[in-house]
Amino acid sequence: MKEINPNNGDWAVEARGLVKSFGDNRAVDGVDLNVRTGSIYGVLGPNGAGKTTTIRMLATLLRPDAGSARIFGHDVAKESQIVRQLIGVTGQYASVDESLSATENLIIFSRLLGLSRTEARRKAGELLEEFGLTEAAKRPLKNFSGGMRRRLDLAASLIAQPPLIFLDEPTTGLDPRTRAQMWDTIRRLVKTGSTVLLTTQYLDEADQLADRIAVIDVGRVVAEGTVDELKASVGTSSLQLKVQDSQDIEDARRTIERILKVQAKLSSEAGKITAPMANADLVTDLLIALREAGIHLAEMSVQKPTLDEVFLTITGHGVKDDASSISDESNKSEVARV
Amino acid sequence: MNSTMIKPGAGRKLKNRTSFGQSVRNSLTMAYRGLLKIRRTPEQLFDVTLQPIIFTLMFTYIFGGAISGDVLSYLPVIIPGILVQTVITTSIVTGVQLREDMDKGVFDRFKSLPIARIAPLAGALLADTVRYTIATVLTFTMGFIMGYRPEGGLGHVAIAALLVIACAWAISWIFAFFGVIARTASSVQGISMIVLFPLTFLSNAFVPVDTMPDWLQWFVKINPISHLVTAVRDLANSGTVGWDLSISLIGSAVIVAIFAPLTVRAYMRRT
Repeated sequence: MKEINPNNGDWAVEARGLVKSFGDNRAVDGVDLNVRTGSIYGVLGPNGAGKTTTIRMLATLLRPDAGSARIFGHDVAKESQIVRQLIGVTGQYASVDESLSATENLIIFSRLLGLSRTEARRKAGELLEEFGLTEAAKRPLKNFSGGMRRRLDLAASLIAQPPLIFLDEPTTGLDPRTRAQMWDTIRRLVKTGSTVLLTTQYLDEADQLADRIAVIDVGRVVAEGTVDELKASVGTSSLQLKVQDSQDIEDARRTIERILKVQAKLSSEAGKITAPMANADLVTDLLIALREAGIHLAEMSVQKPTLDEVFLTITGHGVKDDASSISDESNKSEVARV
Repeated sequence: MNSTMIKPGAGRKLKNRTSFGQSVRNSLTMAYRGLLKIRRTPEQLFDVTLQPIIFTLMFTYIFGGAISGDVLSYLPVIIPGILVQTVITTSIVTGVQLREDMDKGVFDRFKSLPIARIAPLAGALLADTVRYTIATVLTFTMGFIMGYRPEGGLGHVAIAALLVIACAWAISWIFAFFGVIARTASSVQGISMIVLFPLTFLSNAFVPVDTMPDWLQWFVKINPISHLVTAVRDLANSGTVGWDLSISLIGSAVIVAIFAPLTVRAYMRRT
């Protein structure tokens, strides 16, 4: 059977037209995904976009209403038990046993995966060591911080060394430092040959980690590509200038428009001018012209388009309801609260 | 993770089915998890400790004089009856706890692991035989303290205890099924009580059957609980084995054969 479909392991995930409805709500409405083996693939979207439902279908936890998906060439519906041997799933809410200790959790999962008693003990020790949980190993999980719980969760997903790992919002609710640690761990995973499919609502996270991104909104993939492609689709970088003397601002704007031949915007913040930078070469001319005109700059920066803008451009609307959780600034304040 | 490269997905030899041996191993591991949980939260054993003590005392002293003339001669009747009632009521807790457990994230991981689908359920039910054992031992002990001396001897009492535990395990599949299909833990409790209350009281557990009206006797005689109670009485009080034992065991096997697949299927469908 498998020979009919030669898949040389190039594709870790191939999903076609996945659909899942809950009542009237079409949570996932025809999602296609292709994830190349050995890459980090980011599924980006706001809360309720269908990210978790998609992952749950790919991880055999939910049966799709329509469409099909293959993991390394194995159908998730027909060969679910094979698929389960190829994947590790780390859910949005830590899927570990609260009432047990970290060691006990890992030993039980290892035993379930067919390791002998001594192997399971050794494996648990190794993973705890690697994820910096050795000291807390014997304590019940109730006393674990969010970050520790996530690390244990990820550790549990790695027992069988699965070639494909699903991470559903791996850093939601983590503080910036633990977040950075999580990112390092994910990058290391890929170096050992794993493929990672992660969902996130943090744009900078997708930017930092993912080789390719699918932007998903109300159950559909609305854009797909590399981070740079997506950014390029939005437009060029912009040049931001701040003049020392706000009297000069009109002169500065005229100079910019004359030399860069673009429309410049005066931002609400006093003395700040923003202009699209199509040709970086012209900036030299602009700076010389500004000096000749006697306009002194307080600040100059080049801003690449953010994924926020990408999302806005693609979907045509900002992120609804919890718009705050999208912009990077408010991410941090949100994390700090948690 | 750093030292070893991960074997690529395409190069692995994989099977789409779980063998019987693997199912048993997985279930035992899940039972081990259940035991660990009991050890971590011993307060969940309150009901199986207190109920046998209180019920045995209460029923014996309330009904003893009225039914058998005096407490001592009521003991051979009531101890097997209360044993069956207590242990089977305890099996409701299995369904309730399973419901609570399934709402936790860890069941997602169990579902995503390449293990036998029945294991998380069978394991939980298996671990709960510890609860039945506690209830059984306590009931017999209470009886002994109050003056119950089973004529069948210790060996037959032990067999009777095993019989009750095995039957309670089988019956717990029914409540496990309710546990899987119900929305909340408290509704499991509700449904189960409605089923169990008539079953345990409309039996020969507490009173002689011939004092009941005819139509009720008819039900009491086909009630499987009555057969189990009679089987326990035969074993403990006279050391004999009768039809009732066979009927109890066959009934248990039928319950497992029907409800185990039903429960596993409902568990798989539920997400």
